[in-house]
Amino acid sequence: MTNWKVILNIARTHLVTKIKQTATAALGVTFGIGAYITLVCFMTGLNKMLDDLILNQTPHIHVFNEIEPSEKQPVDLYDELRNTFNVVHSIKPKQSQKRIHNALPIIKYLNKDPKVKGAIPQIKSQIFYISGSIELGGNLTGVDIMKEVEFFNFRDYIVKGTPQALQHNDNGVLLGAGVAKKMSLEIGDRVQISTIKGDVFPLKIVGIYQSGIADIDNVQSFTTIKTVQRILGEAENYITDINVKLHHIEQAIALAEKVEQQFKLKAIDINTANAQFETGTTIRNLITYAVSITLLIVAGFGIYNILNMLIYEKMNDIAILKATGFSGKDVQLIFMSQAMIIGVVGGVLGLLIGFGLSHLIDQLPFETEALPTITTYPINHNLWFYGIGITFAMISTFLAGYLPSQKAKKIDPVRIIRGQ
Amino acid sequence: MKTVLEAKNINKYFRKPVLFHVLKDISFKVSQGEFASIMGKSGCGKSTLLYILSTMDTDYEGGLYLNNELITGQEREKLSYIRNKHIGFVFQFHYLLSEFSVLENVMLPAKKLAEKSIEEIEHDAMNKLRILKIDHLAQKRASRISGGEKQRVAIARALINDPIIIMGDEPTGNLDSYNSENVFNVFKQLSDEEGLSLLVVTHDIDFANKTDRIIEMGDGRIIN
Ligand SMILES: Nc1ncnc2c1ncn2[C@@H]1O[C@H](COP(=O)(O)OP(=O)(O)O)[C@@H](O)[C@H]1O
Ligand SMILES: [Mg+2]
Repeated sequence: MTNWKVILNIARTHLVTKIKQTATAALGVTFGIGAYITLVCFMTGLNKMLDDLILNQTPHIHVFNEIEPSEKQPVDLYDELRNTFNVVHSIKPKQSQKRIHNALPIIKYLNKDPKVKGAIPQIKSQIFYISGSIELGGNLTGVDIMKEVEFFNFRDYIVKGTPQALQHNDNGVLLGAGVAKKMSLEIGDRVQISTIKGDVFPLKIVGIYQSGIADIDNVQSFTTIKTVQRILGEAENYITDINVKLHHIEQAIALAEKVEQQFKLKAIDINTANAQFETGTTIRNLITYAVSITLLIVAGFGIYNILNMLIYEKMNDIAILKATGFSGKDVQLIFMSQAMIIGVVGGVLGLLIGFGLSHLIDQLPFETEALPTITTYPINHNLWFYGIGITFAMISTFLAGYLPSQKAKKIDPVRIIRGQ
Repeated sequence: MKTVLEAKNINKYFRKPVLFHVLKDISFKVSQGEFASIMGKSGCGKSTLLYILSTMDTDYEGGLYLNNELITGQEREKLSYIRNKHIGFVFQFHYLLSEFSVLENVMLPAKKLAEKSIEEIEHDAMNKLRILKIDHLAQKRASRISGGEKQRVAIARALINDPIIIMGDEPTGNLDSYNSENVFNVFKQLSDEEGLSLLVVTHDIDFANKTDRIIEMGDGRIIN
């Protein structure tokens, strides 16, 4: 049976009388944990920002109709030449539309799948922006704007104007920021666009779109699906792309495969499209933990040091305690609790400092052309980090306290008493 | 009279730096209420014997009995408990925890024993301090009192759990004659009035002469 009250009382008294050294050791832990919290909040914030930048606006599965040569050439269908060796020169893609056949039923079908958060149509078209005598090549994509906002954070990329303005305006367009700049156009102005076939349409600028990626912003504009269908002179079921957002990104590969097989379409999943992305995340996490663990090891040595010193100074106390009936285990617990007290106090302070620093960084302005939605440094506040941080602190102080306390446990009181 | 402490054929060797037979076949008894003193030349093994009797040193041959129960070979935890509950030890040097108050020092072994509430322990501790006439020092830091006072605090601490025997290793060796006298009187009173057994190593022949029995040691043996 362990008498914690007495043990903690003695531990506390020792620490209080050595308050400077105790504070130094605790500060070591504080520093380690504070740095961990700050770093991990910042690094994962950065990860999340980059994720948002690419992943959130990227569909988990992108379904489209790839123009490619037919696997089976007509000659293969001809029974009489089945067992012969046929050579076909200069194969051309089948004269086919970019449109997805039966797109609307497919969208309906996908939306029914419980794994799918949303499947929404897009129409991609190539157009020219006409400004006086210049023609700028570009892309005009027809979107279901409110759904894009809902599933792909589209709102973040509309730097001027509102998605609603596009929704309610039959001839509206969200003009790419680069295009707008080149042509000196502003909200409310009109822009002429021409299709590949040469038809010219005036569109009203209801907003400015900026993805942060210049190559895109220089060519890309958005309008409603209906507008594109009208410009292209296509029917209401003309859809070129389906973008799918899932509840769980991990299911993308499987579902993409299924869609490819079932509908004979091309379906690219996000993991394949952004394979290199994970690597960056992993490395940032690695840096965070490497730095934090290093700091904690240093802090651990601080604790190890002060405990060794304390035990050396308190030899007499240890001898008296043992002579008056405290067991080796009691003595070990006294010093272990000192280590743990240093760990808890230092760790909690570290959490507070980490909390403060990460919130401070969160307030620091961070503005860059490339990231229109970001105004301050990215920070990911997550309670879990605090749990991990304090666990870290406890483990490292436990390890640092264990060896010295083991030594204290083994001290032979007779040798100390004789030594006087 | 009931035997409180008994040593049977205790032998002890130091192996370093050379093999040295320090205690040779020591056998004796201490009865309840007896005030015995141990005398002998410096280096004859008195302290060594006392450390064995107090259960702190377990590296010996022979048998040690407390209240007729064999102590030799018990688990360390058990020995700590026995020391805590049944044996009071007073050293030559005033071994107090210098950062604690006098009262806390006295209370500590009882808190460890945890048989009584803190209030009772504090009450008992004040009583012991009163017996030793140092109750006015209760709240002082242990490092801030005189040598004679420290020794009395150590005695009060040895008494706190009402042990069956108190052992002292030259408890008056560092005190002037006035303080020595004082400590002797306290011991004497405890043995007469409370039936406490005492076993005290001393160099002071006057001190020894006033005890019930003198155990003479020489060269690792009991001479008479
Ligand atoms: N740890 C030890 N190792 C070797 N010899 C020791 C040790 N401790 C004490 N001695 C020797 O044992 C003898 C008895 O010591 P001690 O019991 O302290 O004598 P006393 O208390 O009677 O003066 C002395 O000769 C001393 O030098
Ligand atoms: Mg001695």
